[in-house]
Amino acid sequence: MATAFKSATGLKRVRGLGSAHAGAHHWWLQRATAAGNLLLGLWFAASLVFLPDLSRQTVLQWLAAPVNAIPMLLLVLSTAWHMRLGVQVMIEDYVAAPGSRRLLLLLLDLYAVAIAATSLFAILRIALGVVPGGVPNG
Amino acid sequence: MATFTLPANSRVTGQGKSYPAPAGAKRTKTFRIYRWSPDSGENPRYDRYTIDLDDCGPMVLDALIKIKGEVDSTLTFRRSCREGICGSCAMNIDGANTLACTKAIEDVKGEVRITPLPHMEVVKDLVPDMTHFYAQYASIKPWLQTATPTPNLKERLQAPEDRAKLDGLYECILCACCSTSCPSYWWNGDRFLGPAILLQAYRWLADSRDEATGERLDALEDPFRLYRCHTIMNCATVCPKGLNPAKAIAEIKKMMLERA
Repeated sequence: MATAFKSATGLKRVRGLGSAHAGAHHWWLQRATAAGNLLLGLWFAASLVFLPDLSRQTVLQWLAAPVNAIPMLLLVLSTAWHMRLGVQVMIEDYVAAPGSRRLLLLLLDLYAVAIAATSLFAILRIALGVVPGGVPNG
Repeated sequence: MATFTLPANSRVTGQGKSYPAPAGAKRTKTFRIYRWSPDSGENPRYDRYTIDLDDCGPMVLDALIKIKGEVDSTLTFRRSCREGICGSCAMNIDGANTLACTKAIEDVKGEVRITPLPHMEVVKDLVPDMTHFYAQYASIKPWLQTATPTPNLKERLQAPEDRAKLDGLYECILCACCSTSCPSYWWNGDRFLGPAILLQAYRWLADSRDEATGERLDALEDPFRLYRCHTIMNCATVCPKGLNPAKAIAEIKKMMLERA
């Protein structure tokens, strides 16, 4: 059987385009945001458990207080960022074609920014009193 | 996408042959062995060889050598030292990568299924193409790199405690059992260096005499070369030398963080 002629040496193929000199920062941020998710997620779950009830009015008032709104903003940032980093790893693992990979990473960026922006906007609207009933004792 | 199924011409669809046990054999064992020849144009197949355990050594490699010598001389596999130090007879036995020479036949229940190392191109039967793996090894410059001249034309001294840091690393025989058991290496082996090569890379990063630590880390800091490792741990599970490549990779990641 004919063997395909390979013009590049093995070492040429392994060296490829060289090292990206990147990855350590990504790796660390994934772990840092995981820790953030854990702490803020536990706080969020515990807060809901300790609310007297889960009516719209009660939750809005709880979320409108700065002491709750600020950690909620951080929770959204941490989870969205963690999702962005984690799904990037999955795309890099399983999508081999450079063009498709780049396109999917771009769509992932758009998705992460969109859900983060939407969530942050919603929390800010409540915290800044734009939603009726959102202001404490209002 | 990563390829999750074998190409049509690599699927095991060929009609296998069966070689019965010799007459009068009391204790027998059947070996179901992957067969493929580049010259036949046929798909791979499994051949069955039943041998007399009372007339065979205790290891899987003993059985393979017996089959090749007495039953079917076309069976092709690599072997050399038959004592777990050369790494030549690495193959997948009973579903896990290991060395045929250190795997006891009696440790396998039922038929002994033997295939080449997973996800490697096959040269013939149980012989995988190691070209890319060896090129990856060469790429990490697996030799002592120094700027300081050799002291007075004598050897470079190393304290016993520094030498001890190479324990668990220097024993690697580059059999590739770990790398070919790693899903990340299956999907991205073209760029991911894999556990064996990364353990070897750390062996030089951990060497007190080597002066190229920064350059070595520079070459490794890459989303694909290093960071495809997701600590799946198949590498440590299968290593026939009992080493832990995943831990070596974690040490490299710690060094990356330290200098970040």
